[in-house]
Amino acid sequence: MNESIHIFEQEGEVLLLDINSGAVHVIDAMVRDILSVFTGENDGEVLEKLTGQYPEAELREALGELHALMEAGELFAPDINVPPTFREQGLVKSLCLMVAQDCNLRCKYCFGDGGDYGMGRAVMSEETGRKAVDFLIKSSGARRHLEMDFFGGEPLMNFGTVKSVTEYARQREKETGKKFKLTMTTNGMLLTDEKIKWLNDNDFALVLSLDGRKEVNDAMRPDVGGHGTYDRIVKNFKRCLASREGGDYDYRGVYTFLRGTYTKKNLDFTEDVLSMNDEGFSILSVEPVVSKNPEIGFTEADLPRIYEEYDRLTHAYMERHRAGKGFFFFHFNMDLSNGPCVAKRLSGCGAGHEYFAVAENGDLYPCHQFVGREGYRLGSLDEGVTNTELPAHFRACHVLNKEKCRSCWARFFCSGGCHANADLFHGDIYEPYEVGCAIQKKRLECAIYVQAMLALEKQERETAAEA
Amino acid sequence: MKHIKTVNKPTMQKTLKTGGCGECQKN
Repeated sequence: MNESIHIFEQEGEVLLLDINSGAVHVIDAMVRDILSVFTGENDGEVLEKLTGQYPEAELREALGELHALMEAGELFAPDINVPPTFREQGLVKSLCLMVAQDCNLRCKYCFGDGGDYGMGRAVMSEETGRKAVDFLIKSSGARRHLEMDFFGGEPLMNFGTVKSVTEYARQREKETGKKFKLTMTTNGMLLTDEKIKWLNDNDFALVLSLDGRKEVNDAMRPDVGGHGTYDRIVKNFKRCLASREGGDYDYRGVYTFLRGTYTKKNLDFTEDVLSMNDEGFSILSVEPVVSKNPEIGFTEADLPRIYEEYDRLTHAYMERHRAGKGFFFFHFNMDLSNGPCVAKRLSGCGAGHEYFAVAENGDLYPCHQFVGREGYRLGSLDEGVTNTELPAHFRACHVLNKEKCRSCWARFFCSGGCHANADLFHGDIYEPYEVGCAIQKKRLECAIYVQAMLALEKQERETAAEA
Repeated sequence: MKHIKTVNKPTMQKTLKTGGCGECQKN
């Protein structure tokens, strides 16, 4: 088969992705068989091999359709090389502030060692937070849109700094013309009505951590005393969500996400997604744990079961959508027509060159998961970036420069996977974490299927309405 | 088309020349 296409089956449909154009086609079984032979120029060979299997007239008709797609640039599109729009040096546009390297939960899969990242429990001072705002403005060049995430640990354990830094960022916006998008990732334990109102008034997008069903969440996300947290958290999240009803938060991109982690203990994670939806939340994500702990982390042996579960989730997702009760699932939210530009697909999350994490003491790291990892300190807010080789190393670590990614069908959708995971498993950001790649590819197939079906069903409804 | 249903009109190739502004949070 031609290496510039990927064909897969989902829920009985056969889908074709043209890798270098991003075109998606739903094809019949005969076209799939043709494409196992067809290279774009060998019609005679196709007819010779398949005429016994299919009527010749049908084969010729299908070949005509394939040639039309080639002429439209939607089949066998030419290879993509690094475009001139992907500049050699990145500009920092996004910071993750570790405002509290301390936490009131003890999640069993925490990559931050219970919140302190192995650096001792501490919180960021207001002065350090303000310096981070200035650093981002200075480092972002002509870019107008900037992003800042308040992270931890648990950021609400240091609400004073959050408020002070936000106030300062809004003041600097007026002085510089920059626009800050602010996000907070919180476990919700300290979400009081007063804090919710303040977060709403300051246009905070919220990422609320919950692992789905009560028994799943409480087994993985206990408090410091080892007690379950579900009842307390869900009560707070519901109040938070209710406070935003009737506002135009989603319209303005100020989303309220519920985000969970699944582990080897809940491979039936579809139930967790549906549980959160049943509780009234409609912007959801659950993601695979990345851990070397054999009790919760995944190996290749777990992949068939994980694939099966994504099939179940896809089915449930479509069922609810068709019944008019659809929800938003982060990994299925793929824009097939107007997705990001190629330069963005190469830079991905931007860790290490467009996106930095700021530790509570002002040290800079490539991202929140690298905080405290030996060999990955970039510099500090006071010194600036002193390890200038690291940003260049991360900038060059894109799919077209990685051997395993260069020929992978998913290369323009995954951005080469997570650097922190590659480092965790291989000690080398150029060596992708294989289990993560496999899960990502399955999710992408499900997402392409979901978006293709929703698009086709919409077309059918519009055609029927016109008739 | 009888055998193939195309579901999108992607702009990825176009962005080889026009992308890279870094303002994403044009296409």
